[in-house]
Amino acid sequence: MTLLPSHPTPKKLGLVIDLDVCVGCHACVVSCKEWNTGAYGAALSDQHPYGAEVSGTFLNRIHTFEVAPEGGVVVGEAGEARIVHFPKSCLHCEDAPCVTVCPTGASYKRSADGIVLVDEEKCIGCGLCAWACPYGAREMDLAAGVMKKCTLCIDRIYNETLEEVDRVPSCVRTCPANARHFGDLADPLSPVSIMVAERGGMDLMAEQGTRPVNKYLPPRPRRSLADSAGLLPLAENTEGAKGFFAWLDGVLDRI
Amino acid sequence: MHPAPSIIVFTTLSGFGYGLAAVLGVGLLDPAFIATKIAHVLMLALISAGLLSSTLHLGNPQRAWRALSQWRSSWLSREGVMAIVTFVPLLISAWASLFDSRYLKLPGLLGAAGAATTVCCTAMIYASLKSIDAWHTWLTPVCYLLFAATGGVLVAGLMRMLMPAPLDSGLSIAAVVLLAAAWGAKIAWWRRLRSLQPLSSPESATGLGFIGRVRLFERPHTNDNYLTREMGYRIARKHASKLSRLAVIYGGAAPAALVALAPIAGQGPTVGLFHLAATLLFGLGVAVERWLFFAEARHAVMNYYGG
Repeated sequence: MTLLPSHPTPKKLGLVIDLDVCVGCHACVVSCKEWNTGAYGAALSDQHPYGAEVSGTFLNRIHTFEVAPEGGVVVGEAGEARIVHFPKSCLHCEDAPCVTVCPTGASYKRSADGIVLVDEEKCIGCGLCAWACPYGAREMDLAAGVMKKCTLCIDRIYNETLEEVDRVPSCVRTCPANARHFGDLADPLSPVSIMVAERGGMDLMAEQGTRPVNKYLPPRPRRSLADSAGLLPLAENTEGAKGFFAWLDGVLDRI
Repeated sequence: MHPAPSIIVFTTLSGFGYGLAAVLGVGLLDPAFIATKIAHVLMLALISAGLLSSTLHLGNPQRAWRALSQWRSSWLSREGVMAIVTFVPLLISAWASLFDSRYLKLPGLLGAAGAATTVCCTAMIYASLKSIDAWHTWLTPVCYLLFAATGGVLVAGLMRMLMPAPLDSGLSIAAVVLLAAAWGAKIAWWRRLRSLQPLSSPESATGLGFIGRVRLFERPHTNDNYLTREMGYRIARKHASKLSRLAVIYGGAAPAALVALAPIAGQGPTVGLFHLAATLLFGLGVAVERWLFFAEARHAVMNYYGG
């Protein structure tokens, strides 16, 4: 049924992604592909995997942006200018436009936890949901002819055969920088909700009216490189050495 | 947006077909003549070819029947349902015309209404997408409806030429008026598009606008993927305004002139040739218009791809 749940879902499971922490290593991209190609639904196929025009289906991708304030051009010399690595996957929107446009009922939002899924047995591969999503969260699998999207690793998070620590989406479990967090955003006391409240977690393209569940934590204000330069001790500087090292410093200076 | 040939063929052919269905449905062609029977067969063929063509871009066309189930929320589903429902009065009308040489008012009018509704549903598939600024306007269904009506009247006019009866100017006047209305609406659509302030920007897409201007530094992948192939089509933009002007001239002004000047050629085959040329030129104009409709439209996801 492609009508959205009529009431707010009791749980709003989703991700919180910390743009201050992500280092752009793409580990989550690889682990997502690895888990999901053997998990829920059709495999994530690649086309010409060993050719020049390699391309394939992914549910999670990392873009990298340069942000420069007014007047700033060169990153590193313009105060707040910086590089931001930007992981992007399905935001499991509350008003998911991809769900309501689906003609077959394949695309749906679960009323219990708000996860947006595709029933691949019903999907005809028309691609309209991918057109409706402003975030580019859906990719058609060219081998299976069905639409693929992030399942929030539904086959992990409820999987009691896994250790409890592994019952989170693959991308969250893998992230070596701890930039990705999973939880219930409907519960104001959940760690992810507290994080969002404290850090000013934001919606992407709020003007599209999709009300995404996933939130992004903005990069923290930072010191410019020029301000930080004085704080870096030089290797040649021995000021403040004590005891044996002070004596050694003196001896070596004298000989 | 990628202009898939199957979708361009579908909307163009079914537009002509449904337009012709509407003209036949309101009884503008005399059922006594063979040409009206041909028109009915042509109408059904155009609609069927269009609908079949639309299934060619599906990943799993064998499940297409499932698309009839979600009419409560999906314009694509509504289009499918309306297309099939409309076939019933259209087939009854065609039967009455072919075998009894009769025009039936009730199935005729129901067929005309169904044809208009189906075209409207097709247009709403596009107009309902907020992620594509170019399409998200009430002008989109207006254009689709007017283009379908114009195509229908032009083809009906052509059929009228085949009838061994003295010509009246009704269909010709309707054709000229509709040509002006359709391309007028399209020009308004293009004006809106060219002066459009996009709803979303790289700044709103990343939430990083509070720091400054956002520019793509590195794509997530070196080659194209489904998203950039499907939504990152950019070839048309360079010549878009030139192409649209050409389409207005040869797909609008030229057919209008041909239809208006046809009576000067007197009676007989020459008039038919004028109308045939007008219809073909209009068809070419619509195909270019449809191609631009997709190729010119920019999708919000391109804010993540620097395009």
